[in-house]
Amino acid sequence: MLRRAFMAGIFAVASALLASVPLSAQTLDKIKQRGVLVVGTKADYKPFGFRDPSGKIVGFEPDLAKDVADRLGVRLELEPVVSANRMQFLQQGKIDLMLATMNVTDERKKSVGIVEPSYYASGVNVFVSRKIALKRWDQLKGQKVCGIQGAFFNKYVPENYGADIVAFRGQNEAETALQQGNCVGWLYDDTAFQERLADPKWAAFEMPLETILTEPWGAAVRLEERDGPWGQFMAKTIADWHRTGKLIETEKKWNISPSAFLRKAREQNP
Amino acid sequence: MIDLTPFWDWFRELYATTGIKLTIFYDAFDRARFANGFLTSIQLMGLCIVASIVIGVLGAWAQGSRLRLVRAVTAAYIQFFRNTPPLVQLYFFYFALGSYLHVTNNLGLAVPIVSNFTWAAICLSLYAGAFNVEIFRAGIEAVPSETVDAAEALGYGRLAAYMHVILPLAFRISLPALNNNLVNLVKTTTIAYAIAVPEMLYVANQIWSDELNVPEMMNVLLVIYVALVGVVVYVMGRWERAMRVPGYMP
Repeated sequence: MLRRAFMAGIFAVASALLASVPLSAQTLDKIKQRGVLVVGTKADYKPFGFRDPSGKIVGFEPDLAKDVADRLGVRLELEPVVSANRMQFLQQGKIDLMLATMNVTDERKKSVGIVEPSYYASGVNVFVSRKIALKRWDQLKGQKVCGIQGAFFNKYVPENYGADIVAFRGQNEAETALQQGNCVGWLYDDTAFQERLADPKWAAFEMPLETILTEPWGAAVRLEERDGPWGQFMAKTIADWHRTGKLIETEKKWNISPSAFLRKAREQNP
Repeated sequence: MIDLTPFWDWFRELYATTGIKLTIFYDAFDRARFANGFLTSIQLMGLCIVASIVIGVLGAWAQGSRLRLVRAVTAAYIQFFRNTPPLVQLYFFYFALGSYLHVTNNLGLAVPIVSNFTWAAICLSLYAGAFNVEIFRAGIEAVPSETVDAAEALGYGRLAAYMHVILPLAFRISLPALNNNLVNLVKTTTIAYAIAVPEMLYVANQIWSDELNVPEMMNVLLVIYVALVGVVVYVMGRWERAMRVPGYMP
């Protein structure tokens, strides 16, 4: 009896491990058939993807998503994602495309189909109170630092600088925890702090360190579709955004300080 | 110290050959943080189990108090904690109440007095404690009134009768229901991850975010929780049998 229960348990675990069923390809046909494109974007990442007072998701990435929908001649539906679930949503077919401030890493390339070229880039920095007078990364050793669950540098920074990361689900929770002094600083994308640095509410805070781990942001489709029609369509679209200046224009529209990445990409593809 | 390297390497080999990625065995950083998460979970569970039982015993006694105020406060406590979701309570304690409890450190920064772990322990103890009060009350009410009368006739005061006669009998009657609630409590500790308490679910979430091994970590969590709940059920079962009064209990 006990042995049978044990075997049943083993079987359940094994089948769960094997249960990553590949979804049928040809998302492009499906989108056109449905007349709806579902894009996963952030909803807590001002100004790249956030909710306006009416609750609608707007920002840099939603604008790009709208452009994709317009090119396909379909309606756009935005699905809010967080760092910790964005790749799973894509794998499960909950979203057709991910435009969610995701840095490109080698590990992620194995899980989702990251489209070339990239459409933006960010590095990693810390947002801390001026009173701490932080100068070097290694001063974070043994300090509690707020973070966001699912960020790739949550492992790199503790391993290399000994910081103790206290990671929350979204920016709202991390921001509150920082304000309440639950951590000395907040480790995240430098792009997420740009707007806060200009906000008088955050006058007592600074981003004092040298930005590290600057990595491009990749749009993603399901892994098996990266080289298929849907992935190729997105690759062409993003190349187009670089060529026509759509990205720089959208960046300006949302008052984002001009990124070196976009300028460089522009110079390379005049 | 036994050298575990071959054991860890077996899991590295497993990943290379089958793609089953259990970094918590072969990656030293992940292993250390998962072990920490496991210990944090155990600590949280242990603290909450003990505290919630103590709260249950005290609460059940207070419910039978002759003072109306004490009864009212106990009833209010039970209603508040039993009628609100534990996640909401946790957010309330950590973000709302926590923002009022600050001290200023030597850098002139306001830092909270109560840590996230302590808030989780307090909140989950009070949550499970509210249920325990009702569980013990049911047990107390099942003690025959003749027994209570007999204790009084022998000169026991209210507290002494409660401690020496009513509670020992009530406790035995309450154990199966208590067992249920404690199993629930053990599982509920996972919600502490919402306020970044580095318990197992939180750590697993960190690991699968970095290593992208969601199915593997989900299965690891599942197996560990089945085992932990199994231990709780086993210990409670042993306790139930050890406390059996021959001839008294059905």
